[in-house]
Amino acid sequence: MKVSYFPGCTLKNKAKDLDMYAYKSAEVLGVTLEEIENWQCCGGVFTTANDEVATKLSSIRALKYAGDKEQPLVTVCSACHNVIKQTNHAMQTNSAFADKVNRYMAADGSYKGETEVYHYLEMLRDLVGFDVIKEKVVNTLKGKKIAAYYGCLLLRPNKVMRMDDPENPTIMEDLIKSLGADAVVYAKRNECCGGYISLESPDAAKKNSIAIIENAKVNGAQMIITACPLCKYNLEKCGADIPVVYFTELLAEALGVKEDTNA
Amino acid sequence: MHNNKYLRDEIIRISGADVSKCMRCGKCSATCPAYDEMEYHPHQFVNMVECGDIEPLLNSESLYKCLSCFACIDRCPRGVQPAKVVEAVRLTAIRKQGANHITADDIPAVVDADTPQQLLVSAFRKYTK
Repeated sequence: MKVSYFPGCTLKNKAKDLDMYAYKSAEVLGVTLEEIENWQCCGGVFTTANDEVATKLSSIRALKYAGDKEQPLVTVCSACHNVIKQTNHAMQTNSAFADKVNRYMAADGSYKGETEVYHYLEMLRDLVGFDVIKEKVVNTLKGKKIAAYYGCLLLRPNKVMRMDDPENPTIMEDLIKSLGADAVVYAKRNECCGGYISLESPDAAKKNSIAIIENAKVNGAQMIITACPLCKYNLEKCGADIPVVYFTELLAEALGVKEDTNA
Repeated sequence: MHNNKYLRDEIIRISGADVSKCMRCGKCSATCPAYDEMEYHPHQFVNMVECGDIEPLLNSESLYKCLSCFACIDRCPRGVQPAKVVEAVRLTAIRKQGANHITADDIPAVVDADTPQQLLVSAFRKYTK
C-alpha cells in the first residue's frame, strides 16, 4: 500500500527519530510512505477564525497533492495532523471558506476536502490492523509498563478529529498491548503539557508537565510514549526521570528495525 | 458603545462562536490548563464579548496564555467554543499594524539546543501577523 506522507518541519530537524522510525516500521508493515513534493510547514497550530485563509493554504496544497494521486494523506506529528485535519474539515463544511481558498488556488484546480487524512496511529489501526502488527513483532516488549501520552492535539476537537473517544482513548494503549507491553492508564494522559507557552512562560509548562509525569509514574509507568515533538520537549524539560520516547521508536524496536543512527 | 458593538459583532463573526448560548457554568475555565496564568479566564472572555466589554481583553496578557488545546471546546456542555472567542479577540489585537506580540529578535534569548521548530512556528502563528 502506498500513501502520501506529510512529515512536517520538526521531523526534518529536532524530531528525526519520529520520522525515521515511522518510515522503517511502515516498510515492515507493507506500507510505503511517499513524501509529498515541496511540502510546506503547516504552521504548527490551527487558526480557528473563519476569515483566516492564507494560513491554511500549505495544508490544502498537501491535501490536494495526495488527492490528485488518489492516496490517503498520512501524518505522524500530532500538530501537523491536527492542522491538516481541521483544515480539511473546514473545506468540507464551510463553503464560503472553501470558495475563498479555491480562488487562491485557481491555478492548481479546485479542492473540496475529498482527501482522507490519517494520523499514523490511525493508519496502524485502520489500514494495517493491530492484529497484523502483533504477528510482526520480533522483540516483544513483555513486562514493560508503558504510558501513552496523548496530549491535546491528537484527540481534540473530537467533532473534527474523530480519532478516538477524547476522554477515554484506547488507540495508543492498543498499540502498546499489540507490542507485548503493559499499557498504563492514567488520568492526565489527555491534558495539555503546556504547548508553546514554554517559550514565554517555561515555569507554566513545567507545572503542567510535572503533573503529567508524576501521574504516570504513580500508576506504575516506566516509560512514556508520545506522537508530538513539543510534548516530548516539555515533558523532558520539566526534569522527567523516566524516558519519554516517540511511539514510532517503540514500534521500530518491537518490529526489529531500530538502529542507533543518531547518538 | 458604538465601537464596542462593532467590535463585538466583528469578533463573533470571525470566531463563528455563539456566545449567547453560554449558561455560565464555568466548565471551560475549570478545565483550562492555563487558568493560573490568566487575568481573564475563558468564561470571562465569553461573557465580556457578549456584553461588548472588549477593550480590557484586547489589552490583557491573557490573550497570549491560551494554549489552543481545545479542552474548553470539547468539554463545554453548550457548544460555545470559548477558545474560538479567545482566538478572535487575539487576532483583533495582533492584526493592528505593529502589534505583534513577539518578534524574531526575541527568539535567540529563549531557545535552547533542544527547542523544536514546532515550538517556534506555533508561537509565531499565534502571536504574530
